[in-house]
Amino acid sequence: MSHFLRRQRYLIDFTLASLGRRKGKNLGLLGVYTLIVFLLASVMLFSQSLRREAGLLLENAPEVVVQRMVAGRHDLIPAAYLERIGKVRGVAAKYGRLWGYFYDPAVQANYTLLVPRDQEIKSGEMIVGAGIARTRGLGAGDYLTFRSAQGQSFAFRVADVLASDAELVSADLLLVNEADYRAFFGIAEGMYTDLALEVRNPQEVRKVAEKLSVMLPDTRPILREEILRTYDALFQWRQGIVFVLLAGSLLAFVIFAWDKASGLSAEEKREIGILKAIGWETADVIRMKFWEGALVSLGAFLLGYLAAYVHVFFFDAALFAPVLKGWAVLYPQFRPQPFVDGLQVATLFFFTVFPYTVATVVPIWRAATTDPDAVMR
Amino acid sequence: MHGSSANARPHRPGRAGTVPLLLLGAGLLLFTVTLLDAAWRGNDTALASSRQLVARLGLTDLALFTEARYTRHLSQADRHTAFQDHPLALDHFPSGSLVPPPARLRQP
Repeated sequence: MSHFLRRQRYLIDFTLASLGRRKGKNLGLLGVYTLIVFLLASVMLFSQSLRREAGLLLENAPEVVVQRMVAGRHDLIPAAYLERIGKVRGVAAKYGRLWGYFYDPAVQANYTLLVPRDQEIKSGEMIVGAGIARTRGLGAGDYLTFRSAQGQSFAFRVADVLASDAELVSADLLLVNEADYRAFFGIAEGMYTDLALEVRNPQEVRKVAEKLSVMLPDTRPILREEILRTYDALFQWRQGIVFVLLAGSLLAFVIFAWDKASGLSAEEKREIGILKAIGWETADVIRMKFWEGALVSLGAFLLGYLAAYVHVFFFDAALFAPVLKGWAVLYPQFRPQPFVDGLQVATLFFFTVFPYTVATVVPIWRAATTDPDAVMR
Repeated sequence: MHGSSANARPHRPGRAGTVPLLLLGAGLLLFTVTLLDAAWRGNDTALASSRQLVARLGLTDLALFTEARYTRHLSQADRHTAFQDHPLALDHFPSGSLVPPPARLRQP
């Protein structure tokens, strides 16, 4: 065993010394290879982490949301619908939700105004999300003035700022009380944005939704499982889109790596010829080249993956922020929770390390099995 | 005649593989550290505050894309929201190209 290990160690030494003779070329290859792994691993880690976080957070979303549709668009729903829903068996709790959007021309940002169900907020006061507080430089006690739907000015005093560690769900939230909300948007009593339901038995949620669709044909129920599925699909889709965008550079790299690994230079052929002439066996030459491929690709994988881990989980995926941000002024500051999916890392490892190693070994096998004299000529 | 030169160990060239192999070993060690870090820090307690807020306020979506209403509340969007100007209006918000329609709208 120790003989085998010593033999491999000598082969590795020889391989690295041989790589060192073409330092510039090989370091260039390692750099490009590392960059490709870094980009792929960053997208993978970021998407996986957000996907998992969305799943955990939205587990607590309302079980069923009932929206009223008018001419294909979401419309206000009368409170009378709550009484009709009350007749459906299995519904444990039901309440109307009040929420809407407000575009603030001062900073060109969209806010989400929401009336909390079980929190008293004094008239003329609001609780703001940490994203808004940061963008507008607000703190408790400051005032914020908006122009309402009727053209009146409403001055709200900031009573509190929501916790900054919950920015992922609350960056753009403004919490106000019901009376202020209705006066600001001009929404009559007895109308809600939508309704939320809790169902006693989780197995019955689909049945309840079916009953609602029949009983209230102008509404559509949105189930929690659909919300979760939407976010699951979102991060898969986005990961897919980024991979498609990266496909061009990935193909360029594959061509480059294939050319580098499979096209033997005259110098390399001569080297193989000399090695065989001085007594190396074909198997040794192939082993030596295997180590070359394995060391370069493993090194690139480790460097790329580690850089991606630091980028996503310590620098908040700073390179992706402009893409996610779009034209939005308000963007949540959040640090993705470290989450590594073993299967995905294994897949990345397989698709980055394996092809390059094979591409290095195959042409060498062809060269190494020929006569040293013919190779050297 | 001193015996020192006779007893001196023969000069052996430095092994080319030592430093790269040590670096590779360090890389593997750090790789293991990332797995441990993810297991250690990636627990649900850090999300407790957000989870509580979602339950208390009955929130349905993440505040990731605040530029358009159909991307802010993605799960609440309807078929028409991306075409808010007129039926053939192309989606003009950048995040619209990053988010797919809600899962339920993609079913026949």
